Amino acid sequence: MSGGKKDEILHDHNHDGIDRRGFLKCMAWAGTGAYCVMSGGVLKSYSLSRLSEMNPAAAKGELSFVQISDSHMGFNKPANPDVAGTLKAAVDKINALQTAPEFLLHTGDISHLSKPEEFDTVDQILKDASAKDVFFVPGEHDVLNDDGKQFLERYGKNAKGQGWYSFDKKGVHFMGLVNVLNLKAGGLGTLGQDQLEWIEKDVKHLKHSTPIVVFAHIPLWSVYPDWGWGTQDSAQALAYLKKFGSVTVLNGHIHQTMQKVEGNVTFHTAASTAFPQPQPGKADSPGPMKVPAEQLRSILGITGVNYVQGQHALAIVDSSLA
Amino acid sequence: MKRTMLVLIFAVLALASLALSAPRHQAFVVSAQENQAATAAVKIDNFSFGPATLTVAVGTTVTWVNHDDIPHTVVSTDGAFKSKVLDTDEKFSFTFSKAGSYPYFCSIHPKMTGKVVVQ
Repeated sequence: MSGGKKDEILHDHNHDGIDRRGFLKCMAWAGTGAYCVMSGGVLKSYSLSRLSEMNPAAAKGELSFVQISDSHMGFNKPANPDVAGTLKAAVDKINALQTAPEFLLHTGDISHLSKPEEFDTVDQILKDASAKDVFFVPGEHDVLNDDGKQFLERYGKNAKGQGWYSFDKKGVHFMGLVNVLNLKAGGLGTLGQDQLEWIEKDVKHLKHSTPIVVFAHIPLWSVYPDWGWGTQDSAQALAYLKKFGSVTVLNGHIHQTMQKVEGNVTFHTAASTAFPQPQPGKADSPGPMKVPAEQLRSILGITGVNYVQGQHALAIVDSSLA
Repeated sequence: MKRTMLVLIFAVLALASLALSAPRHQAFVVSAQENQAATAAVKIDNFSFGPATLTVAVGTTVTWVNHDDIPHTVVSTDGAFKSKVLDTDEKFSFTFSKAGSYPYFCSIHPKMTGKVVVQ
């Protein structure tokens, strides 16, 4: 997170006896078999090949939902010439889950070039998902040329400002944020003053025990600022959430899964349903990474989240498309 | 023979000094006329503009070409020019009719920055 270490909360709000200071930083490159567990239960993450190791009880919570991200409909370069096919595979995966998710979150870059037909194709494919409700936030590819006007018309009917909104499901407060507009030269993702003020107001009257899930496209923590993988005013937003015992932040944008815990906040990024991107700093640029065709689907994925009421913990399951 | 040689050398030197001392505004007029067709290019490659700083004469048309698999834009920081989104191999051109420094960036990937210096 861009606010640095001073924002770390050393106290363990879940009273599970684990000091999370410094650690609980786990990077899982989806599909590579990376497996990340925090005992005491804030989050559990499994790749598909490890789903059998998952405690079946963990899959049955009061609430489960699925995060998908970075569909980039319209992309047709060698890194993945069939992004519709891999999105369909994600939907098949969702439909095969033992417990049908209540809804889907899409953390942006729905389209590749903001073309109406690209959005139409994604909407059409997602209609086949077992979960009918889909909550979107825009990626930078969804707001090209029109500052997000089309996105707002399609997906932001109940949104505030430039597309941010919140809703409650079974005691969990969800907040969809927009950090891909009004970007400044040399800078990172931006929430902006209006949205920050809204965040402060939106959570003001919530009980501190309310679990919060924040979702936005660009990571709300500094994954790799050299490649623009961070949000410059995210520290301010997270400061408003400090009082809550359980905060989960779900992002996309970097086309790989990564997890990190700072105090009471758990950060996750989801894999793309379209194409992988290199690990931070491991290539000249964050452009699409071409992998052998037979490996591609093992690197793309979906993220399932289960919430068990009363435990204030969200279990996250990362699943590859293979 | 020696004399002819000397005369020749003198003539060459005189011509050179004439060319060097030619009034600046005259050179400027000539280059401006040539610049009706003057062009320069910036390549977008690996999430960067190359060259990052391009220096051109007034009147030059600069063309950006996107060689990445990912779309980019070319947006002047102070509003002088703004491209539509450029997909792979798409181009954007702008003719610089006034001297000055023109910083720009990719509004999709704002870490990508560049500058055109127009003299």
